[in-house]
Amino acid sequence: MPPPFSWIVAVAKFLYEFIVGDDWTVAAAVFIGLIVSAILNVNHVAAWWLIPVIVVLMLGVSLRRASNRLR
Amino acid sequence: MTGLWAVLITTFLASAVEAIEMVTIVVGVGATRGWRSTLVGAASGFGVLAVVVIVLGAALSRVPIGPLRLIVGALLLTFGLQWFRKGIMRVAARGLAGIGGQDPHEAAEWTGPGMDWTAWFLAFKGVVLEGLEVAFIVVTFGAGANQLGVAVIGGVGAIIIVGGIGLALHQTVRRIPRSLLQLIVGILLSTFGTFWAIEGLGIDWPGGDAAIPVLLVLYALTALTYIMLERNRALGLRPAA
Repeated sequence: MPPPFSWIVAVAKFLYEFIVGDDWTVAAAVFIGLIVSAILNVNHVAAWWLIPVIVVLMLGVSLRRASNRLR
Repeated sequence: MTGLWAVLITTFLASAVEAIEMVTIVVGVGATRGWRSTLVGAASGFGVLAVVVIVLGAALSRVPIGPLRLIVGALLLTFGLQWFRKGIMRVAARGLAGIGGQDPHEAAEWTGPGMDWTAWFLAFKGVVLEGLEVAFIVVTFGAGANQLGVAVIGGVGAIIIVGGIGLALHQTVRRIPRSLLQLIVGILLSTFGTFWAIEGLGIDWPGGDAAIPVLLVLYALTALTYIMLERNRALGLRPAA
């Protein structure tokens, strides 16, 4: 791959590792949670509780997955 | 509005976590290959980080506070959850142990004239790679709280203090309980990330800013629960004596 494209790919890989990390499902759950929260809010339904619930649940799921990988 | 102390403490602790590894690398390289090239390399690294902070800070200061809090909150939450999870796993596995291990000085001692480019590069790389996360946290957290100056003071203060300890008492830096610090910062970033992301969507928190300590307690209790579960799981995996 020529230099400008290889640099772009390298930066994109770095940003992905930096922000998303080794478990993309957590980032995906947060992203979907924010979309659902916005939809609930537009429909005048209380939505402040959704992200904290997702954080607690996804941490457990991600930890379980990481533990299983170490076995 | 996020308090000055919350910004100062969070950015200080986040910077301290990365500064421990940064200082360990720089002191290790300096002690073995010589200080001049190592310090020039470290200073070059800090120059790159300063440019990142200035450019990113200037870019974020142009974004209106509502969308800014949504973007910054979502980024801090996603990023904070990584540290939250790693902190739980490391504290569950190692308790309050420091980073330990051997000094990262694999290269031979430099005795030649002029600049030792190996030492320069090792120090530069150590500062830039470890410092990028700090720069990211300092700028986004400072911008989200509308207190970028305070966030920079917290970040720079941690690097100066940990750096001073590292130069004066080399081995002491390696004994700082980095995993616990990482867990605390992960909880803080996740708390403020959650709060700001929801606020950025235009959703009101019950009790307004009083929701922040409630979230903090919820996430701290979650960490304690998962640490206990991880430890029990690890004990359950051990073969019977």
